[in-house]
Amino acid sequence: MAKFSGMKINPKHFHRSQLKFYILLIPLAAFVALPILFIVSHAFKPMNELFAYPPRFFVRVPTLQNFRNLVQLAADSGIPFSRYLFNSIVVTVVGVFLSILVTSLAAYGLSKLKFKGKKVLFEINTLALMFVPIAVTIPRYLTISRLGLIDTYMVLFLPLIAIPVGLFLVKQFIDQTPNEIIEAAKIDGASEMQIFLRVIMPIIAPAVATVGILSFQLIWNDVVGPALYIDSESMKTLSFYFSTLAAIVGNPVAGQGMMAAASLIMFVPNIIMFLFLQAKVMNTMAHSGIK
Amino acid sequence: MIRKMNSPLWFLTPYVLLFVMFIIIPIIIAIGLSFTYFNTIQTPEYVGLRNYIELLTRDEVFMQYVLPNTIKFAFIVGPVGYIMSFLLAWILAQVPHRSRTVFAIILYSPSMTAGIAMAVVWTVMFSGDATGYVNALLLNWGFIQEPIQFLTSPQYLMNIMIVVALWGSMGVGFLAMLAGILNIDQTLYEAAYMDGMKNRWQEIFYITIPMMKPQMLFGAVMAVVGTFQIGAIGVQLSGANPTPQNAGQLMVNHIEDFGFIRYLMGYASAVSVVLLVMIYSISKVTFNILGEKD
Repeated sequence: MAKFSGMKINPKHFHRSQLKFYILLIPLAAFVALPILFIVSHAFKPMNELFAYPPRFFVRVPTLQNFRNLVQLAADSGIPFSRYLFNSIVVTVVGVFLSILVTSLAAYGLSKLKFKGKKVLFEINTLALMFVPIAVTIPRYLTISRLGLIDTYMVLFLPLIAIPVGLFLVKQFIDQTPNEIIEAAKIDGASEMQIFLRVIMPIIAPAVATVGILSFQLIWNDVVGPALYIDSESMKTLSFYFSTLAAIVGNPVAGQGMMAAASLIMFVPNIIMFLFLQAKVMNTMAHSGIK
Repeated sequence: MIRKMNSPLWFLTPYVLLFVMFIIIPIIIAIGLSFTYFNTIQTPEYVGLRNYIELLTRDEVFMQYVLPNTIKFAFIVGPVGYIMSFLLAWILAQVPHRSRTVFAIILYSPSMTAGIAMAVVWTVMFSGDATGYVNALLLNWGFIQEPIQFLTSPQYLMNIMIVVALWGSMGVGFLAMLAGILNIDQTLYEAAYMDGMKNRWQEIFYITIPMMKPQMLFGAVMAVVGTFQIGAIGVQLSGANPTPQNAGQLMVNHIEDFGFIRYLMGYASAVSVVLLVMIYSISKVTFNILGEKD
Protein backbone atom coordinates (compact mmCIF):
# COMPACT_ATOMS: atom_id res chain seq x y z
CA MET A 1 0.00 0.00 0.00
CA ALA A 2 1.24 3.48 -0.84
CA LYS A 3 2.29 5.56 2.05
CA PHE A 4 -0.37 7.95 3.36
CA SER A 5 0.28 11.23 1.61
CA GLY A 6 -2.44 13.47 2.99
CA MET A 7 -2.36 15.86 5.91
CA LYS A 8 -0.05 14.68 8.63
CA ILE A 9 -0.86 16.47 11.87
CA ASN A 10 1.88 17.01 14.39
CA PRO A 11 4.58 14.92 12.70
CA LYS A 12 7.30 13.52 14.93
CA HIS A 13 10.23 14.22 12.66
CA PHE A 14 11.35 16.35 9.79
CA HIS A 15 10.50 14.94 6.39
CA ARG A 16 11.28 16.16 2.88
CA SER A 17 7.58 16.76 2.26
CA GLN A 18 7.59 19.47 4.93
CA LEU A 19 10.14 21.49 2.99
CA LYS A 20 7.44 23.47 1.18
CA PHE A 21 6.08 24.65 4.53
CA TYR A 22 9.46 25.87 5.67
CA ILE A 23 9.97 27.72 2.40
CA LEU A 24 6.81 29.69 3.22
CA LEU A 25 7.33 30.00 6.95
CA ILE A 26 10.92 31.18 7.10
CA PRO A 27 10.57 34.38 5.04
CA LEU A 28 7.26 35.19 6.71
CA ALA A 29 8.65 34.69 10.19
CA ALA A 30 11.61 36.84 9.21
CA PHE A 31 9.27 39.63 8.10
CA VAL A 32 7.26 39.40 11.31
CA ALA A 33 10.36 39.28 13.51
CA LEU A 34 12.13 42.13 11.74
CA PRO A 35 10.45 45.01 13.61
CA ILE A 36 11.10 43.29 16.91
CA LEU A 37 14.76 42.69 16.09
CA PHE A 38 14.87 46.32 15.06
CA ILE A 39 13.62 47.46 18.45
CA VAL A 40 16.25 45.36 20.20
CA SER A 41 19.02 46.63 17.98
CA HIS A 42 17.87 50.26 18.01
CA ALA A 43 17.59 50.34 21.79
CA PHE A 44 21.34 49.74 22.13
CA LYS A 45 22.49 52.19 19.46
CA PRO A 46 24.68 55.14 20.47
CA MET A 47 23.68 58.59 19.25
CA ASN A 48 25.94 58.65 16.18
CA GLU A 49 24.43 55.41 14.90
CA LEU A 50 20.89 56.67 15.42
CA PHE A 51 21.71 59.64 13.19
CA ALA A 52 23.68 57.62 10.65
CA TYR A 53 22.94 57.86 6.96
CA PRO A 54 22.44 55.49 5.30
CA PRO A 55 20.65 53.98 8.30
CA ARG A 56 22.06 50.70 9.54
CA PHE A 57 19.77 47.98 10.81
CA PHE A 58 22.02 46.30 13.36
CA VAL A 59 23.85 48.07 16.13
CA ARG A 60 27.67 48.09 15.83
CA VAL A 61 28.84 49.52 19.15
CA PRO A 62 26.11 48.66 21.66
CA THR A 63 25.61 51.02 24.57
CA LEU A 64 23.20 51.37 27.48
CA GLN A 65 23.01 55.13 26.97
CA ASN A 66 19.38 55.06 25.82
CA PHE A 67 18.33 53.27 28.99
CA ARG A 68 20.31 55.71 31.11
CA ASN A 69 18.63 58.59 29.28
CA LEU A 70 15.22 57.11 30.05
CA VAL A 71 16.02 57.00 33.75
CA GLN A 72 17.57 60.46 33.69
CA LEU A 73 14.65 62.03 31.85
CA ALA A 74 12.19 60.65 34.38
CA ALA A 75 14.30 62.00 37.24
CA ASP A 76 14.49 65.42 35.54
CA SER A 77 10.72 65.62 35.29
CA GLY A 78 10.47 65.02 39.04
CA ILE A 79 9.35 61.40 39.23
CA PRO A 80 12.09 58.81 39.61
CA PHE A 81 12.01 56.02 37.04
CA SER A 82 11.85 53.48 39.84
CA ARG A 83 8.54 55.01 40.94
CA TYR A 84 6.91 54.32 37.56
CA LEU A 85 8.38 50.83 37.59
CA PHE A 86 7.14 50.19 41.12
CA ASN A 87 3.64 51.40 40.23
CA SER A 88 3.55 49.21 37.14
CA ILE A 89 4.68 46.12 39.01
CA VAL A 90 2.29 46.56 41.95
CA VAL A 91 -0.70 47.29 39.76
CA THR A 92 0.07 44.42 37.39
CA VAL A 93 0.71 41.84 40.10
CA VAL A 94 -2.43 42.71 42.06
CA GLY A 95 -4.50 42.99 38.88
CA VAL A 96 -3.37 39.67 37.43
CA PHE A 97 -3.96 37.88 40.73
CA LEU A 98 -7.47 39.30 41.11
CA SER A 99 -8.28 38.66 37.48
CA ILE A 100 -7.32 35.01 37.80
CA LEU A 101 -9.30 34.59 41.01
CA VAL A 102 -12.43 36.43 39.88
CA THR A 103 -12.46 34.78 36.46
CA SER A 104 -11.87 31.23 37.71
CA LEU A 105 -14.55 31.59 40.40
CA ALA A 106 -17.09 32.75 37.87
CA ALA A 107 -16.03 30.09 35.37
CA TYR A 108 -16.54 27.33 37.92
CA GLY A 109 -19.94 28.75 38.80
CA LEU A 110 -21.00 28.89 35.18
CA SER A 111 -19.65 25.46 34.40
CA LYS A 112 -20.56 23.26 37.35
CA LEU A 113 -23.06 24.98 39.64
CA LYS A 114 -26.80 25.02 39.07
CA PHE A 115 -28.70 28.29 39.33
CA LYS A 116 -31.27 30.35 37.52
CA GLY A 117 -30.09 32.53 34.67
CA LYS A 118 -26.86 30.61 34.21
CA LYS A 119 -27.36 30.16 30.48
CA VAL A 120 -28.32 33.77 29.95
CA LEU A 121 -25.26 34.92 31.85
CA PHE A 122 -22.96 32.84 29.68
CA GLU A 123 -24.71 34.08 26.54
CA ILE A 124 -24.22 37.68 27.63
CA ASN A 125 -20.57 36.99 28.30
CA THR A 126 -20.15 35.38 24.87
CA LEU A 127 -21.77 38.44 23.35
CA ALA A 128 -19.33 40.59 25.30
CA LEU A 129 -16.44 38.86 23.52
CA MET A 130 -17.27 41.38 20.82
CA PHE A 131 -16.95 44.27 23.22
CA VAL A 132 -14.36 46.86 22.26
CA PRO A 133 -13.40 48.92 25.34
CA ILE A 134 -12.11 51.92 23.40
CA ALA A 135 -15.59 52.45 21.97
CA VAL A 136 -16.89 53.38 25.43
CA THR A 137 -13.92 55.28 26.79
CA ILE A 138 -16.09 58.29 27.61
CA PRO A 139 -18.94 56.57 29.49
CA ARG A 140 -16.36 54.45 31.27
CA TYR A 141 -14.67 57.61 32.43
CA LEU A 142 -18.01 58.98 33.65
CA THR A 143 -18.78 55.74 35.52
CA ILE A 144 -15.37 55.69 37.13
CA SER A 145 -15.53 59.29 38.26
CA ARG A 146 -19.04 58.72 39.67
CA LEU A 147 -17.72 55.74 41.63
CA GLY A 148 -15.07 58.01 43.12
CA LEU A 149 -12.24 55.91 41.74
CA ILE A 150 -10.37 58.73 40.03
CA ASP A 151 -6.79 59.00 41.23
CA THR A 152 -6.68 55.69 43.09
CA TYR A 153 -4.43 52.73 42.41
CA MET A 154 -7.51 50.54 42.06
CA VAL A 155 -8.66 52.24 38.91
CA LEU A 156 -5.51 51.05 37.15
CA PHE A 157 -6.60 47.42 37.36
CA LEU A 158 -10.28 47.20 38.40
CA PRO A 159 -11.72 47.95 34.94
CA LEU A 160 -9.42 45.33 33.39
CA ILE A 161 -10.18 42.41 35.70
CA ALA A 162 -13.38 41.04 34.18
CA ILE A 163 -12.18 39.88 30.75
CA PRO A 164 -14.97 38.16 28.81
CA VAL A 165 -12.46 36.15 26.74
CA GLY A 166 -10.80 34.95 29.92
CA LEU A 167 -14.06 33.77 31.49
CA PHE A 168 -15.02 32.12 28.24
CA LEU A 169 -11.76 30.18 27.96
CA VAL A 170 -11.68 29.01 31.58
CA LYS A 171 -15.35 28.00 31.52
CA GLN A 172 -14.83 25.90 28.38
CA PHE A 173 -11.82 24.35 30.05
CA ILE A 174 -13.67 23.44 33.26
CA ASP A 175 -16.44 21.90 31.15
CA GLN A 176 -13.93 19.20 30.20
CA THR A 177 -13.29 18.08 33.79
CA PRO A 178 -15.37 15.04 34.70
CA ASN A 179 -18.21 15.53 37.18
CA GLU A 180 -17.20 12.34 39.00
CA ILE A 181 -14.28 13.94 40.81
CA ILE A 182 -16.56 16.73 42.00
CA GLU A 183 -19.17 14.22 43.16
CA ALA A 184 -16.50 12.24 44.98
CA ALA A 185 -15.32 15.33 46.83
CA LYS A 186 -18.92 16.16 47.75
CA ILE A 187 -19.41 12.73 49.26
CA ASP A 188 -16.36 13.44 51.39
CA GLY A 189 -18.23 16.49 52.69
CA ALA A 190 -16.42 19.23 50.80
CA SER A 191 -18.21 22.50 50.07
CA GLU A 192 -18.30 23.93 46.56
CA MET A 193 -15.63 26.46 47.51
CA GLN A 194 -13.39 23.74 48.91
CA ILE A 195 -13.84 21.72 45.73
CA PHE A 196 -13.00 24.77 43.68
CA LEU A 197 -9.85 25.55 45.64
CA ARG A 198 -8.49 22.04 46.16
CA VAL A 199 -9.77 20.01 43.24
CA ILE A 200 -10.51 22.37 40.37
CA MET A 201 -7.79 25.00 40.64
CA PRO A 202 -4.93 22.50 40.28
CA ILE A 203 -6.59 20.90 37.24
CA ILE A 204 -7.27 24.14 35.45
CA ALA A 205 -3.75 25.50 35.82
CA PRO A 206 -3.29 25.83 32.03
CA ALA A 207 -6.43 27.94 31.67
CA VAL A 208 -5.41 30.01 34.66
CA ALA A 209 -2.03 30.63 33.06
CA THR A 210 -3.77 31.79 29.91
CA VAL A 211 -5.98 34.25 31.78
CA GLY A 212 -2.87 35.40 33.60
CA ILE A 213 -1.12 36.17 30.31
CA LEU A 214 -4.14 37.96 28.88
CA SER A 215 -4.65 40.16 31.91
CA PHE A 216 -0.93 40.76 32.24
CA GLN A 217 -0.85 42.10 28.69
CA LEU A 218 -3.91 44.25 29.30
CA ILE A 219 -2.72 45.82 32.55
CA TRP A 220 1.02 46.07 31.89
CA ASN A 221 0.48 47.68 28.48
CA ASP A 222 -2.48 49.86 29.44
CA VAL A 223 -2.06 53.57 28.78
CA VAL A 224 -5.72 54.62 28.88
CA GLY A 225 -6.08 54.11 32.62
CA PRO A 226 -3.10 56.16 33.82
CA ALA A 227 -3.72 58.84 31.20
CA LEU A 228 -7.41 59.41 31.93
CA TYR A 229 -8.13 58.26 35.46
CA ILE A 230 -4.97 59.32 37.31
CA ASP A 231 -4.06 62.90 38.05
CA SER A 232 -1.08 62.47 40.39
CA GLU A 233 2.14 62.05 38.45
CA SER A 234 3.52 59.81 41.19
CA MET A 235 0.79 57.20 40.64
CA LYS A 236 1.28 56.81 36.93
CA THR A 237 2.81 53.72 35.38
CA LEU A 238 5.71 52.86 33.13
CA SER A 239 3.47 52.38 30.11
CA PHE A 240 2.12 55.89 30.60
CA TYR A 241 5.57 57.43 30.99
CA PHE A 242 6.73 55.71 27.82
CA SER A 243 3.67 56.79 25.87
CA THR A 244 4.46 60.43 26.63
CA LEU A 245 8.12 60.18 25.57
CA ALA A 246 7.48 61.44 22.07
CA ALA A 247 5.99 64.61 23.48
CA ILE A 248 8.64 65.13 26.20
CA VAL A 249 11.68 64.59 24.00
CA GLY A 250 11.80 67.46 21.57
CA ASN A 251 14.32 65.98 19.17
CA PRO A 252 12.71 63.09 17.28
CA VAL A 253 15.95 61.31 16.42
CA ALA A 254 17.40 61.49 19.91
CA GLY A 255 14.03 60.28 21.15
CA GLN A 256 14.07 57.26 18.84
CA GLY A 257 16.75 55.47 20.79
CA MET A 258 14.93 56.09 24.05
CA MET A 259 11.62 55.04 22.61
CA ALA A 260 13.15 51.85 21.30
CA ALA A 261 14.62 51.19 24.74
CA ALA A 262 11.20 51.88 26.27
CA SER A 263 9.46 49.52 23.83
CA LEU A 264 11.97 46.85 24.71
CA ILE A 265 11.35 47.25 28.44
CA MET A 266 7.61 46.92 27.81
CA PHE A 267 7.99 43.94 25.49
CA VAL A 268 10.45 41.76 27.41
CA PRO A 269 8.16 40.78 30.34
CA ASN A 270 5.40 39.90 27.87
CA ILE A 271 7.56 37.59 25.81
CA ILE A 272 9.15 35.96 28.86
CA MET A 273 5.72 35.16 30.31
CA PHE A 274 4.58 33.72 27.02
CA LEU A 275 7.74 31.66 26.52
CA PHE A 276 7.28 30.02 29.90
CA LEU A 277 3.57 29.46 29.61
CA GLN A 278 3.06 28.82 25.90
CA ALA A 279 2.47 25.07 26.31
CA LYS A 280 -0.28 25.80 28.83
CA VAL A 281 -1.81 28.43 26.59
CA MET A 282 -1.98 25.99 23.69
CA ASN A 283 -3.59 23.43 25.96
CA THR A 284 -6.31 25.95 26.90
CA MET A 285 -6.88 27.05 23.35
CA ALA A 286 -7.77 23.50 22.36
CA HIS A 287 -11.05 24.03 24.24
CA SER A 288 -11.64 27.55 23.02
CA GLY A 289 -14.32 26.82 20.46
CA ILE A 290 -17.68 28.59 20.33
CA LYS A 291 -20.32 25.91 20.09
CA MET B 1 -16.02 29.74 56.51
CA ILE B 2 -14.85 28.17 53.28
CA ARG B 3 -16.50 24.97 54.46
CA LYS B 4 -19.91 26.57 54.08
CA MET B 5 -19.49 28.40 50.80
CA ASN B 6 -21.87 26.60 48.50
CA SER B 7 -23.97 29.37 47.04
CA PRO B 8 -23.30 30.34 43.40
CA LEU B 9 -23.27 33.92 44.66
CA TRP B 10 -19.80 33.40 46.15
CA PHE B 11 -18.54 32.47 42.73
CA LEU B 12 -20.32 34.87 40.45
CA THR B 13 -20.78 38.09 42.37
CA PRO B 14 -17.27 39.53 41.93
CA TYR B 15 -17.16 38.92 38.19
CA VAL B 16 -20.70 40.04 37.53
CA LEU B 17 -20.20 43.17 39.62
CA LEU B 18 -17.10 44.21 37.69
CA PHE B 19 -18.63 43.15 34.39
CA VAL B 20 -21.69 45.31 35.01
CA MET B 21 -19.68 48.23 36.33
CA PHE B 22 -17.16 48.50 33.54
CA ILE B 23 -18.86 46.95 30.53
CA ILE B 24 -22.66 47.00 30.85
CA ILE B 25 -23.12 50.39 32.53
CA PRO B 26 -20.75 52.20 30.14
CA ILE B 27 -22.65 50.75 27.19
CA ILE B 28 -25.96 51.88 28.69
CA ILE B 29 -24.56 55.35 29.40
CA ALA B 30 -23.24 55.55 25.85
CA ILE B 31 -26.70 54.76 24.50
CA GLY B 32 -28.30 57.27 26.90
CA LEU B 33 -25.83 60.08 26.16
CA SER B 34 -26.15 59.54 22.44
CA PHE B 35 -29.59 61.18 22.66
CA THR B 36 -28.25 64.26 24.43
CA TYR B 37 -26.12 67.32 23.98
CA PHE B 38 -23.37 67.06 26.59
CA ASN B 39 -20.29 69.26 26.82
CA THR B 40 -19.05 67.77 30.14
CA ILE B 41 -19.73 71.03 32.05
CA GLN B 42 -23.49 71.49 31.88
CA THR B 43 -25.91 68.65 32.56
CA PRO B 44 -26.77 66.63 29.45
CA GLU B 45 -29.68 68.06 27.51
CA TYR B 46 -32.07 65.70 25.70
CA VAL B 47 -32.02 66.26 21.95
CA GLY B 48 -33.71 63.12 20.65
CA LEU B 49 -32.22 61.68 17.50
CA ARG B 50 -30.39 64.85 16.54
CA ASN B 51 -26.89 63.39 17.01
CA TYR B 52 -27.67 60.43 14.81
CA ILE B 53 -29.31 62.59 12.16
CA GLU B 54 -26.35 64.93 12.14
CA LEU B 55 -23.92 62.03 11.98
CA LEU B 56 -25.67 60.63 8.92
CA THR B 57 -26.53 63.83 7.11
CA ARG B 58 -24.27 66.69 8.18
CA ASP B 59 -20.99 65.21 9.29
CA GLU B 60 -19.07 65.36 6.03
CA VAL B 61 -15.87 64.06 7.57
CA PHE B 62 -17.72 61.01 8.85
CA MET B 63 -19.46 60.21 5.59
CA GLN B 64 -16.58 61.06 3.31
CA TYR B 65 -13.64 59.69 5.24
CA VAL B 66 -14.31 58.00 8.55
CA LEU B 67 -16.97 55.54 7.43
CA PRO B 68 -15.33 54.55 4.10
CA ASN B 69 -11.93 54.31 5.82
CA THR B 70 -13.32 52.13 8.59
CA ILE B 71 -15.07 49.87 6.11
CA LYS B 72 -12.00 49.58 3.91
CA PHE B 73 -9.69 48.94 6.86
CA ALA B 74 -12.04 46.43 8.48
CA PHE B 75 -12.85 44.55 5.29
CA ILE B 76 -9.21 44.10 4.38
CA VAL B 77 -7.59 43.57 7.78
CA GLY B 78 -10.38 41.37 9.18
CA PRO B 79 -10.72 38.73 6.45
CA VAL B 80 -7.08 38.78 5.30
CA GLY B 81 -5.81 38.54 8.87
CA TYR B 82 -8.27 35.75 9.59
CA ILE B 83 -7.42 33.72 6.49
CA MET B 84 -3.73 34.26 7.13
CA SER B 85 -4.12 33.06 10.70
CA PHE B 86 -5.93 29.94 9.54
CA LEU B 87 -3.47 29.10 6.77
CA LEU B 88 -0.49 29.66 9.03
CA ALA B 89 -2.05 27.52 11.73
CA TRP B 90 -2.72 24.84 9.11
CA ILE B 91 0.89 24.94 7.94
CA LEU B 92 2.30 25.00 11.46
CA ALA B 93 0.27 21.94 12.42
CA GLN B 94 2.20 20.01 9.79
CA VAL B 95 5.72 20.64 11.03
CA PRO B 96 7.34 18.96 14.03
CA HIS B 97 6.70 20.24 17.54
CA ARG B 98 9.94 22.09 18.11
CA SER B 99 9.97 24.21 14.96
CA ARG B 100 6.24 24.76 15.33
CA THR B 101 6.72 26.26 18.78
CA VAL B 102 9.45 28.58 17.55
CA PHE B 103 7.41 29.81 14.59
CA ALA B 104 4.23 30.16 16.63
CA ILE B 105 6.03 32.34 19.17
CA ILE B 106 7.51 34.54 16.46
CA LEU B 107 4.18 34.95 14.66
CA TYR B 108 2.30 35.66 17.89
CA SER B 109 4.86 38.09 19.30
CA PRO B 110 3.62 41.24 17.49
CA SER B 111 0.25 40.98 19.21
CA MET B 112 2.06 41.14 22.56
CA THR B 113 3.69 44.44 21.78
CA ALA B 114 2.03 47.48 23.22
CA GLY B 115 0.55 49.38 20.30
CA ILE B 116 1.80 52.79 21.23
CA ALA B 117 5.29 51.69 22.19
CA MET B 118 5.52 49.77 18.95
CA ALA B 119 4.58 52.76 16.82
CA VAL B 120 8.22 53.83 17.15
CA VAL B 121 9.38 51.00 14.86
CA TRP B 122 7.02 51.95 12.12
CA THR B 123 7.59 55.66 12.42
CA VAL B 124 11.33 55.06 12.04
CA MET B 125 10.89 52.53 9.21
CA PHE B 126 8.61 54.82 7.24
CA SER B 127 10.15 58.09 8.36
CA GLY B 128 9.64 60.81 5.77
CA ASP B 129 13.29 61.71 5.29
CA ALA B 130 16.25 59.78 3.94
CA THR B 131 17.01 58.29 7.36
CA GLY B 132 13.81 56.26 7.20
CA TYR B 133 14.67 52.66 6.34
CA VAL B 134 12.16 52.24 3.56
CA ASN B 135 13.12 55.55 1.99
CA ALA B 136 16.84 54.77 2.32
CA LEU B 137 16.36 51.43 0.59
CA LEU B 138 14.24 52.84 -2.21
CA LEU B 139 16.70 55.69 -2.76
CA ASN B 140 19.57 53.28 -2.69
CA TRP B 141 18.01 50.99 -5.27
CA GLY B 142 17.12 53.96 -7.44
CA PHE B 143 13.36 53.50 -7.36
CA ILE B 144 12.80 57.04 -6.17
CA GLN B 145 14.72 60.31 -6.33
CA GLU B 146 13.13 62.06 -3.37
CA PRO B 147 12.19 60.56 -0.02
CA ILE B 148 8.45 59.90 0.27
CA GLN B 149 6.44 61.39 3.16
CA PHE B 150 4.89 58.02 3.93
CA LEU B 151 3.18 58.80 7.20
CA THR B 152 1.88 62.23 6.36
CA SER B 153 0.69 61.69 2.81
CA PRO B 154 -2.89 60.54 2.48
CA GLN B 155 -2.21 58.05 -0.31
CA TYR B 156 0.24 55.99 1.77
CA LEU B 157 -1.02 56.26 5.32
CA MET B 158 -3.98 53.89 4.96
CA ASN B 159 -1.91 51.20 3.25
CA ILE B 160 0.77 51.39 5.90
CA MET B 161 -1.91 51.10 8.58
CA ILE B 162 -3.19 47.95 6.90
CA VAL B 163 0.29 46.42 6.73
CA VAL B 164 0.97 47.23 10.38
CA ALA B 165 -2.41 45.81 11.42
CA LEU B 166 -1.85 42.61 9.46
CA TRP B 167 1.60 42.28 10.97
CA GLY B 168 -0.03 42.09 14.39
CA SER B 169 -3.07 40.02 13.44
CA MET B 170 -1.83 36.60 14.57
CA GLY B 171 -3.28 36.82 18.06
CA VAL B 172 -5.38 34.70 20.37
CA GLY B 173 -7.58 33.56 17.46
CA PHE B 174 -4.53 32.24 15.65
CA LEU B 175 -3.44 30.25 18.71
CA ALA B 176 -6.97 28.87 19.09
CA MET B 177 -7.10 27.72 15.48
CA LEU B 178 -3.66 26.14 15.75
CA ALA B 179 -4.77 24.20 18.82
CA GLY B 180 -7.98 23.29 17.01
CA ILE B 181 -6.16 21.76 14.05
CA LEU B 182 -3.71 19.91 16.29
CA ASN B 183 -6.63 18.27 18.06
CA ILE B 184 -8.25 16.83 14.95
CA ASP B 185 -8.12 13.07 14.93
CA GLN B 186 -5.46 12.03 12.42
CA THR B 187 -7.32 8.85 11.47
CA LEU B 188 -10.12 10.94 9.97
CA TYR B 189 -7.79 11.99 7.19
CA GLU B 190 -6.57 8.49 6.58
CA ALA B 191 -10.11 7.17 6.44
CA ALA B 192 -11.17 9.94 4.06
CA TYR B 193 -8.38 9.08 1.64
CA MET B 194 -9.49 5.47 1.68
CA ASP B 195 -12.95 6.72 0.78
CA GLY B 196 -11.62 8.56 -2.23
CA MET B 197 -10.60 11.99 -1.03
CA LYS B 198 -8.26 13.35 -3.63
CA ASN B 199 -6.47 16.49 -2.63
CA ARG B 200 -5.52 19.04 -0.02
CA TRP B 201 -8.41 21.38 -0.83
CA GLN B 202 -10.96 18.66 -0.24
CA GLU B 203 -9.17 17.89 2.99
CA ILE B 204 -9.40 21.48 4.19
CA PHE B 205 -13.06 21.94 3.27
CA TYR B 206 -14.43 18.52 4.17
CA ILE B 207 -12.43 17.66 7.27
CA THR B 208 -10.20 20.37 8.70
CA ILE B 209 -12.68 23.26 8.78
CA PRO B 210 -15.77 21.28 9.85
CA MET B 211 -13.81 19.52 12.59
CA MET B 212 -12.48 22.72 14.10
CA LYS B 213 -15.50 24.91 13.51
CA PRO B 214 -15.83 26.02 17.13
CA GLN B 215 -12.29 27.37 17.00
CA MET B 216 -12.97 28.92 13.60
CA LEU B 217 -15.87 30.85 15.14
CA PHE B 218 -13.81 31.92 18.13
CA GLY B 219 -11.05 33.03 15.77
CA ALA B 220 -13.57 34.99 13.72
CA VAL B 221 -14.84 36.94 16.71
CA MET B 222 -11.27 37.67 17.79
CA ALA B 223 -10.45 38.85 14.24
CA VAL B 224 -13.41 41.24 14.13
CA VAL B 225 -12.72 42.63 17.58
CA GLY B 226 -8.98 42.88 16.99
CA THR B 227 -9.55 44.82 13.81
CA PHE B 228 -11.63 47.48 15.51
CA GLN B 229 -9.51 47.49 18.63
CA ILE B 230 -6.37 48.68 16.86
CA GLY B 231 -8.28 51.49 15.16
CA ALA B 232 -6.04 54.08 16.77
CA ILE B 233 -2.89 53.24 14.81
CA GLY B 234 -3.49 55.89 12.16
CA VAL B 235 -3.17 58.59 14.79
CA GLN B 236 -0.15 56.91 16.36
CA LEU B 237 1.66 56.62 13.03
CA SER B 238 0.97 60.10 11.73
CA GLY B 239 1.16 61.69 15.17
CA ALA B 240 -1.98 63.77 14.65
CA ASN B 241 -5.71 63.54 15.28
CA PRO B 242 -7.31 64.15 12.82
CA THR B 243 -4.87 62.27 10.61
CA PRO B 244 -3.53 64.17 7.56
CA GLN B 245 -6.52 64.98 5.33
CA ASN B 246 -8.45 62.37 7.35
CA ALA B 247 -6.72 59.66 5.33
CA GLY B 248 -6.30 57.30 8.28
CA GLN B 249 -9.28 58.48 10.32
CA LEU B 250 -11.26 55.54 11.71
CA MET B 251 -14.37 55.50 13.92
CA VAL B 252 -12.31 55.18 17.09
CA ASN B 253 -10.35 58.33 16.22
CA HIS B 254 -13.55 60.16 15.36
CA ILE B 255 -14.93 59.31 18.80
CA GLU B 256 -11.78 60.58 20.47
CA ASP B 257 -11.76 63.69 18.31
CA PHE B 258 -15.29 64.68 19.32
CA GLY B 259 -15.18 63.36 22.87
CA PHE B 260 -11.81 64.42 24.19
CA ILE B 261 -10.74 67.18 21.82
CA ARG B 262 -14.02 69.01 21.15
CA TYR B 263 -15.84 67.83 24.30
CA LEU B 264 -19.02 66.96 22.43
CA MET B 265 -19.64 63.86 24.49
CA GLY B 266 -23.22 63.29 23.37
CA TYR B 267 -22.21 63.28 19.75
CA ALA B 268 -19.16 61.10 20.43
CA SER B 269 -21.44 58.64 22.24
CA ALA B 270 -23.66 58.39 19.17
CA VAL B 271 -20.57 57.44 17.15
CA SER B 272 -19.68 54.86 19.84
CA VAL B 273 -23.12 53.30 19.60
CA VAL B 274 -22.88 53.12 15.81
CA LEU B 275 -19.46 51.47 16.18
CA LEU B 276 -20.70 48.86 18.67
CA VAL B 277 -23.68 48.06 16.44
CA MET B 278 -21.32 47.72 13.48
CA ILE B 279 -19.02 45.30 15.30
CA TYR B 280 -22.00 43.28 16.47
CA SER B 281 -23.54 43.06 12.99
CA ILE B 282 -20.26 42.14 11.33
CA SER B 283 -19.71 39.37 13.89
CA LYS B 284 -23.26 38.12 13.30
CA VAL B 285 -22.80 38.09 9.53
CA THR B 286 -19.49 36.27 9.92
CA PHE B 287 -21.19 33.71 12.14
CA ASN B 288 -23.86 33.13 9.54
CA ILE B 289 -21.36 32.72 6.73
CA LEU B 290 -19.26 30.25 8.72
CA GLY B 291 -22.34 28.55 10.08
CA GLU B 292 -23.73 27.68 6.65
CA LYS B 293 -21.11 25.02 6.04
CA ASP B 294 -22.80 22.65 8.43
